[in-house]
Amino acid sequence: MSSSLRKDGVVPGRLDEAAVQANFTDLHPAYDPHEALVAADRCYFCHDAPCITACPTSIDIPLFIRQIATGTSEAAAKTIMDQNILGGMCARVCPTETLCEEACVREAAEGKPVEIGRLQRHATDTLMAQNVHPYARAEPTGKKVAIVGAGPAGLACAHRLAMHGHDVVIFEARAKGGGLNEFGIAAYKSTNDFAQRELDWLMQIGGIEIRYGQALGAGITLDGLRTDFDAVFLGMGLGGVNKLSLEGEDKDNVDDAVGFISELRQADDLTALPVGRRIVVVGGGMTAVDAAVQSKLLGAEEVTIVYRRDQAAMPASKYEQDLAQQKGVRMVFNAAPVGIEGNGSLTGVRFAFTAQQDGKLVTTDETFTIPADQLLTAIGQTLSDAPEGLQINRGKIAVDATGRTSLPDVWAGGDCASGGDDLTVTAVAEGRDAAESIHATLTT
Amino acid sequence: MADLTTTFCGITSPNPFWLASAPPTDKEYNVRRAFEAGWGGAVWKTLGMEGPPIVNVNGPRYGAIWGADRRLLGLNNIELITDRPLEINLEEMTRIKRDFPEHALIASVMVPCEEQAWKDILPRIAETGCDGFELNFGCPHGMAERGMGSAVGQVPEYIEMVARWCKEATDLPVIVKLTPNITNILYPAEAALRGGADAVSLINTINSITSVNLDTMAPEPTIDGKGTHGGYCGPAVKPIALNMVAEIARHPETRGMPISGIGGITTWRDAAEFMALGAGNVQVCTAAMTYGFKIVQEMISGLSQWMDEQGHQSTADFIGSAVPNVTDWQYLNLNHVTKARIDQDACIKCGRCYAACEDTSHQAITMSPDRVFEVQDDECVACNLCVNVCPVENCITMETLTPGMVDARTGKVVEADYGNWTTHPNNPSAAAAE
Ligand SMILES: Cc1cc2nc3c(=O)[nH]c(=O)nc-3n(C[C@H](O)[C@H](O)[C@H](O)COP(=O)(O)OP(=O)(O)OC[C@H]3O[C@@H](n4cnc5c(N)ncnc54)[C@H](O)[C@@H]3O)c2cc1C
Ligand SMILES: Cc1cc2nc3c(=O)[nH]c(=O)nc-3n(C[C@H](O)[C@H](O)[C@H](O)COP(=O)(O)O)c2cc1C
Ligand code: SF4
Ligand code: SF4
Ligand code: SF4
Repeated sequence: MSSSLRKDGVVPGRLDEAAVQANFTDLHPAYDPHEALVAADRCYFCHDAPCITACPTSIDIPLFIRQIATGTSEAAAKTIMDQNILGGMCARVCPTETLCEEACVREAAEGKPVEIGRLQRHATDTLMAQNVHPYARAEPTGKKVAIVGAGPAGLACAHRLAMHGHDVVIFEARAKGGGLNEFGIAAYKSTNDFAQRELDWLMQIGGIEIRYGQALGAGITLDGLRTDFDAVFLGMGLGGVNKLSLEGEDKDNVDDAVGFISELRQADDLTALPVGRRIVVVGGGMTAVDAAVQSKLLGAEEVTIVYRRDQAAMPASKYEQDLAQQKGVRMVFNAAPVGIEGNGSLTGVRFAFTAQQDGKLVTTDETFTIPADQLLTAIGQTLSDAPEGLQINRGKIAVDATGRTSLPDVWAGGDCASGGDDLTVTAVAEGRDAAESIHATLTT
Repeated sequence: MADLTTTFCGITSPNPFWLASAPPTDKEYNVRRAFEAGWGGAVWKTLGMEGPPIVNVNGPRYGAIWGADRRLLGLNNIELITDRPLEINLEEMTRIKRDFPEHALIASVMVPCEEQAWKDILPRIAETGCDGFELNFGCPHGMAERGMGSAVGQVPEYIEMVARWCKEATDLPVIVKLTPNITNILYPAEAALRGGADAVSLINTINSITSVNLDTMAPEPTIDGKGTHGGYCGPAVKPIALNMVAEIARHPETRGMPISGIGGITTWRDAAEFMALGAGNVQVCTAAMTYGFKIVQEMISGLSQWMDEQGHQSTADFIGSAVPNVTDWQYLNLNHVTKARIDQDACIKCGRCYAACEDTSHQAITMSPDRVFEVQDDECVACNLCVNVCPVENCITMETLTPGMVDARTGKVVEADYGNWTTHPNNPSAAAAE
């Protein structure tokens, strides 16, 4: 064990390289071929299967599992990708326990669903390993579509538009594509640079150009895009994060969890990444869990998630909560931060217990302090710099069922758009559906 | 993508997957939905004489065999031919053929063994626009007791006679559906050919009792305390059907006669195997009854993928490709020597290979005190039993000894030349070498 394990403060190298590597291996490792067959054999090929309904992209799950079972994982991958071109990433990151696998009839019957996510990974991995891209472009239509953001929503939209023969230009603010697949998803869900490999694989369709380092709002305007292109799709995700609005929030080592994870995901050497000895994470969603678990895996000694409501209300799934607990993360419920302690650098976070009063959550007078040298906040992301002139609904770009915004030639999808959960798979579904709507509009 | 369009005895369908004559093809509602789901053709549920239709039992018709996870492996039924009036069936068939002209529609027929009965009914059915006839000489229960179905199919002379009547009565292709409940499948196949039939289809169901209820002491399915033998079908019957198809495909008299392969076809691979053994297309019943019409999507995608991988443009490219490799035992190469090989890294040390070989084969596997299992070449006869009982796929494989190597069991040098029983010195009637 490395000597900095018990060092106070936010320091690198708490664990040695071997330990970190072991900690960050695949959460859901790939099946070997025999395991895949055994897992596939459990599927009942249900009629009008509930798992399909539960998948935001409506993948024909019984069909693809049967294709695996009959030795044609390539055909299975095609079945998946017909609905979800990022089926490989979704297989790794979907909270299947609240989606398809929750709906699986064997979950209801035995509490042991068919492992749809891992089977999906098996199929998509098989096809991608052959570097086969099973889609070809239709005859060029001569139409041009601008997409803002190379995240799951933008990429799914781009691929479907390219398939229909349109020319696509993606404007991506960062120097790298993939969106939160690249910068947000927990490292143990997307190993071996999968987000970039999937991006490269997807680009094989042709007809898509990505312009990196080009941000809407920084030299590029929506009006400009509307003039230069036949349609615009906005898939810029949520660029902002909510603040605690507490005094001392600007202290060192008070960080937003999304930024922390993004740094982690981009780190070449995880042992060089500084991490606290005692960490407090405020929040109750997937981001809170991911930040807590990953800091634990980096060698933090004590990691506590504090959530302001009770456990049942926690947005992170039961599976995610169990994962956090397995990794040794402590969870405290019904408490909200009221003070950031420390003279100069952080020493602790003061919390007050919460209670329901007249249907509203309020803090009580009962407080306690958790010692901490790092505070990670994960209390929600917000839409930042939405272009002017678009109708906004509850902080997101208002869209109809087809993804169309209040402007006739502008569509939006993914996290930045209203409706649906903030999930990779939902972003893919919305990007794809918007592409179909754009295609229908451009070709009539 | 490969083109799955298949022409079987002059009848073209978008793919080689037809539904066999059975409940899936019982009525317009089913067949319409089946064609919409992607099935290439349908053999309508067997039609009978005009007049009051037959009746079915009103208790359970099916019995089944399952794997431990309730995967259905074999199905048994005591259903008879259609129990709906002939006119209604004909009206429905007419509408189907009108709405699905590209799909194959075959009329399965079973009437008493009288010339006029067949000659009256075929032209009437032909008015539906159907593409051909299938003569049901296979039903093993109920109808057989009335001198039809397998009662005809078990007497080659009757098959020949009825096939001839039918060919005289229609210009459409006539397919004779064979029962497997016979001693040698070649007799009824040859009879069909002699009678002028255009093709044979096989197999129909196999006489069976699936289980006995030990509390009521009655065979299942049980109807008011009694049971009767039914017809067995589903995955369990596939090996039996494959052999019968291969026998007809390679027999000098019947070779080249179109065969529609039936029996346990559940996946694209099953279908490809039947076709490799000479079936021009396939028919499916139990798999559709177990999983619904949608399974045809897997059959279509799987067969296309495999054909693409193999470079086959059309089904004709591989139909019958395995037939030349089906031979008689006496022609197998006795100079081909193999030995079992255990991959020690893959072995999980369960000892099943040892138990099988030690107790029931040739004592060719040794077991060390720390559970290492090794094949002794001087005892291994290469029977393949250990391969088949090992729970780990590819853990035990068969290695072929190359000519010049010594077979440790016989002490003989492996010969490069082909040598079979017909020339073997131990064969009293061996042909002289010269
Ligand atoms: C920490 C974390 C963990 C998560 N874990 C999971 C998980 O396990 N499973 C799951 O399903 N979901 C998870 N999610 C949610 C999921 O990542 C998002 O729902 C999904 O990525 C949304 O896709 P998107 O395309 O809408 O946006 P994003 O993925 O955010 O992509 C937006 C893209 O737009 C670019 N962009 C932003 N602004 C501009 C601009 N002005 N001009 C040009 N480009 C711009 C960004 O750089 C980015 O590339 C997680 C989210 C977070 C934050
Ligand atoms: C319930 C049931 C009813 C059947 N009825 C008929 C029939 O009317 N006519 C016929 O030719 N075959 C009939 N069959 C036999 C099937 O057409 C087919 O030959 C047999 O089931 C083998 O194929 P399978 O293993 O795919 O089921 C019937 C089979 C079943 C299970
Ligand atoms: S619900 Fe479960 S068993 Fe049924 S089709 Fe879906 S994965 Fe298979
Ligand atoms: S399958 Fe349908 S007809 Fe048959 S017993 Fe069940 S409910 Fe009745
Ligand atoms: S049966 Fe297979 S796994 Fe078991 S001991 Fe023998 S070789 Fe090993």
